[in-house]
Amino acid sequence: MYLQDLHREGECRWRIDPTGAMRVPAVIYADDALLTDMDDKVRQQLCNVASLPGIVGAAYAMPDAHWGYGFPIGGVAAFDAEQGGVVSAGGVGFDISCGVRTLLSSCTREDVRGFQERLAHELARAIPAGVGSTGRLRLDDRELDAMLTGGARWAVTRGFGSVEDLERIEEGGCISGADPGAISERARRRQRDEMGTLGSGNHYLEVQWVAEVHDADAAAAFGLAPGNIVVSIHCGSRGLGHQVGTDYLRDMVIAAPSFGLTLPDRELACAPIRSGIGTRYIGAMRAAMNCALANRQILTHLCRESFRSVLPGFEGQLLYDVSHNICKEERHTVDGRSRRLHVHRKGATRAFAPGDAAVPEGLRAHGQPVLIGGSMGTASFVLAGCESGEALAWSSACHGAGRSMSRHQATRQWRGRELVDQLAGQGILIRSPSLRGVAEEAPGAYKSVERVVEVAERAGLARRVARLQPLICVKG
Amino acid sequence: MEGRGDTPAEAFEQTAMALTAVVTDPATLRDEVSVPIRCRAPDLDLLLFEWLNAVVYEMATGRRLFGGFRVRITDGELTGEARGEAVDVSRHTPAVEVKGATFTELSVRRDDDGRWRARCVLDV
Repeated sequence: MYLQDLHREGECRWRIDPTGAMRVPAVIYADDALLTDMDDKVRQQLCNVASLPGIVGAAYAMPDAHWGYGFPIGGVAAFDAEQGGVVSAGGVGFDISCGVRTLLSSCTREDVRGFQERLAHELARAIPAGVGSTGRLRLDDRELDAMLTGGARWAVTRGFGSVEDLERIEEGGCISGADPGAISERARRRQRDEMGTLGSGNHYLEVQWVAEVHDADAAAAFGLAPGNIVVSIHCGSRGLGHQVGTDYLRDMVIAAPSFGLTLPDRELACAPIRSGIGTRYIGAMRAAMNCALANRQILTHLCRESFRSVLPGFEGQLLYDVSHNICKEERHTVDGRSRRLHVHRKGATRAFAPGDAAVPEGLRAHGQPVLIGGSMGTASFVLAGCESGEALAWSSACHGAGRSMSRHQATRQWRGRELVDQLAGQGILIRSPSLRGVAEEAPGAYKSVERVVEVAERAGLARRVARLQPLICVKG
Repeated sequence: MEGRGDTPAEAFEQTAMALTAVVTDPATLRDEVSVPIRCRAPDLDLLLFEWLNAVVYEMATGRRLFGGFRVRITDGELTGEARGEAVDVSRHTPAVEVKGATFTELSVRRDDDGRWRARCVLDV
């Protein structure tokens, strides 16, 4: 990234003052190395976001930021409906409510030794993954509506998981204000066979072990004991969410002139929160969020079944489930005054501070768990929200390592078979229907997740609790 | 993704082929099924967005991959077909599913040599 007009405001914080159409500054959280490696397009996209109506505070980029569609991935922006603020379909993206959930167990790495191959086989067999895969469920229109309004709560009532799971999911597993009537027939049709599927690309189900504890008190409260096995599931709202993104992106682009909106980039398609299309999108997006929560709940059930067929004592209780492609209405303090804002987090994770009432009771004293996905073969992290995050970026943190090269570049550099063999040599079993897909997701195609989370901590966005290392990775 | 052709329609066909190439090697695909596609938009850029997303929809809901496309554009309306077969994971080893065509770098324009260029960034 070119550094002209970037003002250093701290060890890991950089500000770009408003110029031209920008209404607020742009702020990037990065150290010198991450900033230098960041794509120039992040800067351009962040400044575009800063020009949208009703934006409050600043447009923020997290340490894992990279070039996205309209918003940078790793972008955070809040809008005030009272000030003509907008909701942006591009600011949420195509994979609405993509997120991570992590399951705990008292099984240790030693318990899994000797069963790793069998476990990998069982999980790969049970978890529908990749292009063309279908789930076990077929929902008729009535059931689909129930799922879109009920989220993970619906899934539990249908026998997938337990009521205890719901306490450890954002909003108790059910996003209120969902409007199934705002979902198109195409979106419904795309979801018909996809409930309980993982998807492809960077989505995965990973068996991991707690390799390092950074904050012993928080780790103990979170149930993360050194050496213990955990499972992380990374996926989103599947075809329904993709189609909702497509539908409303187009509709908002077409409607923009009627609201007097001049979009610096059509991908920033947005509409006033208090408009017909803005209201419909929010209702549709919330329904898609419920779809993602229900999907992860079903996958959790399938995962537990597979595990228990190999290790009967596996509990798999939920640590937490948090999304990183969302727009949520939240209350935040602006210049000493509490205001209701629509916070867009695109490739960024909510990170509420200790004591926040939205954090489940058993975890509350230590802050909201922030689940940072790895990149097949590399570490994942559990962070916790901290006090300073509210003033820095509306209580938000990073979401993963972030790509450092394109899929095409990755396939020129790595071969899938070699990667699978190489990782097996390191004790990590990869199960995927596509070796080309594995090459495209090569760990080397991503930034260093260690550096990203370290910078997030130094910046005051969140603090590290534990590092997780992979043992088995099921990918699409 | 980028497709070029003597007409916008040809450029659209080539862009759809590039979409397939993101998922699998188009040479592995058999010509077993034909799916009609119709869409309409106020300008060529939006029509490309609609066309590619219609292809993505047919791929997703039909569990199919397409290795051949035919497009006709008249007065803002596209009439086309996609030809291919059902996904066979062992033979196609599909790398990634396409979530949708985006507005990022979306453009349909005529180059100095008179040929048409259609381009778009996909979300995968």
